[in-house]
Amino acid sequence: MTTIIFWLLAGFTLAAAVMVVVSRRLMYSAVSLLFTLVGIAGLYIFLWADFIAVVQIVIYVGGITVLILFGIMLTNRIESVNISHDRVQMRYGLIGGSGLLILLLIMIFRTPWQVLPAVEPASTIDVIGRMLLIDYLLPFEVASLLLLAALIGAATLARRKR
Amino acid sequence: MTMDWLIDWTLSSWLGFLGSPGAFILAAVVGGLAIFGLVAVHAIVAVYVERKVSAFMQDRIGPMGQGPGLHAGKWGVLQTVADALKLLLKEDIIPALADRRLFILAPFILFMGAFIGFVAIPFAPALVLADFNVGLFYILAVSSFGVLGLILAGWASNNKWSLYGAMRSAAQIISYEIPAAISLLAVVILAGTLNLQSLTAAQQGTILGFLPNWFIFQNPFTFMAFFIYFIAAVAETNRTPFDIPEAESELVAGFHTEYSGMRWAFFFLSEYANMFIVCAVAAVVFLGGWTSPLGELLSGPLWGLFWFMVKVIFLVLIMMWFRWTFPRLRVDQLMNVSWKVLLPWSFINLLGSALWWLWRS
Repeated sequence: MTTIIFWLLAGFTLAAAVMVVVSRRLMYSAVSLLFTLVGIAGLYIFLWADFIAVVQIVIYVGGITVLILFGIMLTNRIESVNISHDRVQMRYGLIGGSGLLILLLIMIFRTPWQVLPAVEPASTIDVIGRMLLIDYLLPFEVASLLLLAALIGAATLARRKR
Repeated sequence: MTMDWLIDWTLSSWLGFLGSPGAFILAAVVGGLAIFGLVAVHAIVAVYVERKVSAFMQDRIGPMGQGPGLHAGKWGVLQTVADALKLLLKEDIIPALADRRLFILAPFILFMGAFIGFVAIPFAPALVLADFNVGLFYILAVSSFGVLGLILAGWASNNKWSLYGAMRSAAQIISYEIPAAISLLAVVILAGTLNLQSLTAAQQGTILGFLPNWFIFQNPFTFMAFFIYFIAAVAETNRTPFDIPEAESELVAGFHTEYSGMRWAFFFLSEYANMFIVCAVAAVVFLGGWTSPLGELLSGPLWGLFWFMVKVIFLVLIMMWFRWTFPRLRVDQLMNVSWKVLLPWSFINLLGSALWWLWRS
């Protein structure tokens, strides 16, 4: 049963990802991206990474996708319904894309992956909390400082000059 | 928890021939139908109660069931059933210039956000569909599907009122999510868990012999956190006094202006389902969930369900009371309340609660 659900979920994620690329309308791409990200959250659950899955939903579905949708809604006047994008430079894109795919495939099959036994961990939150706030406190704080700087920068840029 | 029990039961009973995939699908369908039944019954009852509550508050009598046509029963108890039938039979109108696909998709995304949150809610000691470690965080996370549903509905309607409503709603929900989440964290620090069943179990017993050992009574900071969470929760469900996304005097009906019939009913269902969820979270985190307010007295699985529902319905009634007593806030006032009042105070609560925990341990 788990296998069936895994393949269904993987297929769903891939189909949504393909839709992101081939959709003619920007809004459809954004909505497909939403489904892709939800599918990835589902895949995390199969790795018993429940916390990461929920974080994925909070940040990517609740934050980034909303931001993208806002961007699309605000940059186009509502009267101009023709929000679409064309496929440009198909040939080069295809060459670059398949090159990257081959590279990744070689990497995937050559790496000696560390295989963990399929046992459910008791709790993932404790370990993550300990890691983030004790072992790796400095990188964590530096990252948050960077985000804060980006936030202030964005607010300054967006502010209307008086 | 209940899911696992359902699967085991199916496999051990005469339905055993279904095998594990069949049992899984059966359990999922039964669980889903149970949640849907709860959502639908809650919405039908709550709409009736809301009409009656509003009527009594405004010195009216509300629906009484007189008049020709469909008879709505004594005291109008069948009024919402009649409304639901009307909505089912109503013509489904999709505006010619609307984005058809997204217009159809939006109510489902919105409803899904409200619907899947129910999976983690502990109704009684052994009655929770899925008991997992990040339950509280999960409920907060899936509520963000609601924002997406609203934005898509507003955009796909191709109507300026809808778009304004959607943007206001998104800004509002994102702003109020932050104080709500931080207020819940004040309790999570004390409990040391995000699992809703463990959170409830940690609240059994009494303080000083008479007060129930609920997190709201644990310390002054969690007491304040409850009120901040509840105000933010009212805002997250887009209800008055925070209903500027659908402010009827300015925006017709906001993001659902163009919807009719059953699609509109889904917006309505999700509003009431969201009310239930935020009240259930408040009840579980601050008011002891299924624990009895009388200590050991009247506690047990069935009493647990009873107390849980009493707490949730009490909070839902308070939300209705808010709706019919407070005037609507302006957009700038709304943002001020969230960012300049609730957010600083919720940070103080978080810090205070953490210090309290250090002092006690």
